[in-house]
Amino acid sequence: MTAQTVAEPKTYATALDSPTRFHHLLSAEWIKLWSLRSTYWVLGIGPLAVIGINVNSALSNADRLAHQPELPPAPPPGRPELPQMLFDPLASAFVDPAWQLLMIIAGSVGALAVFGEYTSGLIRTTFAAVPARRAVMTAKVAVMATVMLVLGTVTAGASFGVTQAILQDHHGMSIGDPGALRAVAASALLAPLCALVGMALGALIRHAAGTVVAVVGVLLLLPTLFMGETYRWVKEIGNAMPLTAWRALVQNPGRDYSVDKYPVSVTEGWIVFGAWSLVAAAVAVAVVHHRDV
Amino acid sequence: MPCGPAHGTVGRVIEANELTKRYGATTAVDRLTFTVRPGHVTGFLGPNGAGKSTTLRVILGLNDPSSGTVTVDGQPFRGRPRGLRHVGALLDAHDVHGGRSARSHLSALAHSNGLPRRRVDEVLEEVGLTTAARRRIGGFSLGMKQRLGIAAALLGDPPVLLFDEPLNGLDPEGVLWVRGLFHRLAAEGRTVLVSSHLMREVEHTAQQLIVIGRGELIAAESLAEFAAHGTRLTVTVRTPEVARLTSVLTKEGAAVRGEADGSCTVTGMGADRIGELAFHSRVLLHELAPRSASLEEAFMGLTADSVEYSAGDAR
Repeated sequence: MTAQTVAEPKTYATALDSPTRFHHLLSAEWIKLWSLRSTYWVLGIGPLAVIGINVNSALSNADRLAHQPELPPAPPPGRPELPQMLFDPLASAFVDPAWQLLMIIAGSVGALAVFGEYTSGLIRTTFAAVPARRAVMTAKVAVMATVMLVLGTVTAGASFGVTQAILQDHHGMSIGDPGALRAVAASALLAPLCALVGMALGALIRHAAGTVVAVVGVLLLLPTLFMGETYRWVKEIGNAMPLTAWRALVQNPGRDYSVDKYPVSVTEGWIVFGAWSLVAAAVAVAVVHHRDV
Repeated sequence: MPCGPAHGTVGRVIEANELTKRYGATTAVDRLTFTVRPGHVTGFLGPNGAGKSTTLRVILGLNDPSSGTVTVDGQPFRGRPRGLRHVGALLDAHDVHGGRSARSHLSALAHSNGLPRRRVDEVLEEVGLTTAARRRIGGFSLGMKQRLGIAAALLGDPPVLLFDEPLNGLDPEGVLWVRGLFHRLAAEGRTVLVSSHLMREVEHTAQQLIVIGRGELIAAESLAEFAAHGTRLTVTVRTPEVARLTSVLTKEGAAVRGEADGSCTVTGMGADRIGELAFHSRVLLHELAPRSASLEEAFMGLTADSVEYSAGDAR
């Protein structure tokens, strides 16, 4: 440190002065994410588990199809073939429990990124260093969404590629087939969507156990509560849930699944995805602004 | 020590004006008005629950005041996009994530404020944590966490520094180091505010005092002024004839209290007058020693009415 007198002490602050840039906050959040061991564990094992479940499904389906003594009885002459009787290879890439697991993982990681700061007290250090709280949260949301998009893309791409390769003798699809790219894209986007929902809930609740329960409740339990078709409005609420929208978006258009009275259209599915992501991000950024920490 | 410089000091002044913070029915900080100036260490004293931490949080914009204002450099801290180059603070050494290394923690903070990377190594060196830099904070002792918190406060080389109970958990060597550091920071022309609930922690460090109790301002003055008006003279007397001396002195208006070691503490009368009275009554004295109350006693005397949590039978 240079020698300084009491009268001319202005060397600090100005000496270190540098402009205020948003990318500084991005790199800070990037460091925070990757300096925790749990990040590597969860983001490493999570996709492997999801891909594993899907691959296992494809293998057992391929095995069953290979050892099938004969094809299902053909419809009587003059009657159209029943499409729902046909094997759907795409369903093996997007097995429901596997992707529900991904939803929980992504939601929890997003939630942890926020409630972890609150439960540890780090949030006070963070906001004392950067009083612009909304900027901090925006950076956190951006970093998390990006990382999760990569994670989702890898998981969805690998699930699709490996399962369809396994099922290549049983109408296995390529990415150019109708509905294939849409299914992969929806599954890739499911991870950032759920992470953002987790962040919003983490910012609202700020406690570990409560937030994780809320993540599971909102992402997985809520859709099952609104499944009945007795009342249209009940089903419409259920249709507005990410899980329901995802199911509609990964459905193979080459197979007839029209058993629902009030199905979710593809457009509606994308709207649900977009709306949930935007609202969740906005909530996560907005709620930290006025609250004491 | 000369007072702060004539110009440029505004940038380092903390100014609270009628600052009030309520939590429901509880008033944690009550119409607090004070000014903290650069160039010396200001001790921020008060019993537990007096509102010191709340005040510091409000200064940092972590908590919004219910009414009143507090500014650093003439504007609320909350309005600044980045904080580390303006105010460095150690509020609670536990306000870190135990899963990160000391280096990662400081590195994220440095990045967030666009500070050069070398600052991380410089402050680690400064607080003596260079060898522990890659260890997880969760395994740190409280003293090491305090050092890390001080490192974070110094990161932006700020003109204003706030420390909340920074001596907790430090070993004697650490306490000496911190005192030296605070002296140096103040001598460099910075504003240094150090909170404590123990006078002995700040009496060798601070030149200025702000004393609060139950959220209200009790005193804001120099340590010397505080010592002067806080002092009440007491005299320690040792005699084999306690009962007779007591009756003689109380008759003349003094108060005598017997101590556990057999001596008496006399208040309200000078040592010369006590000696004179004892001589005339032919009471033998073994010791006659005037002493002034310590700063700690002055502090306790001032805040006695405002102790939020006191043991059932303190006296």
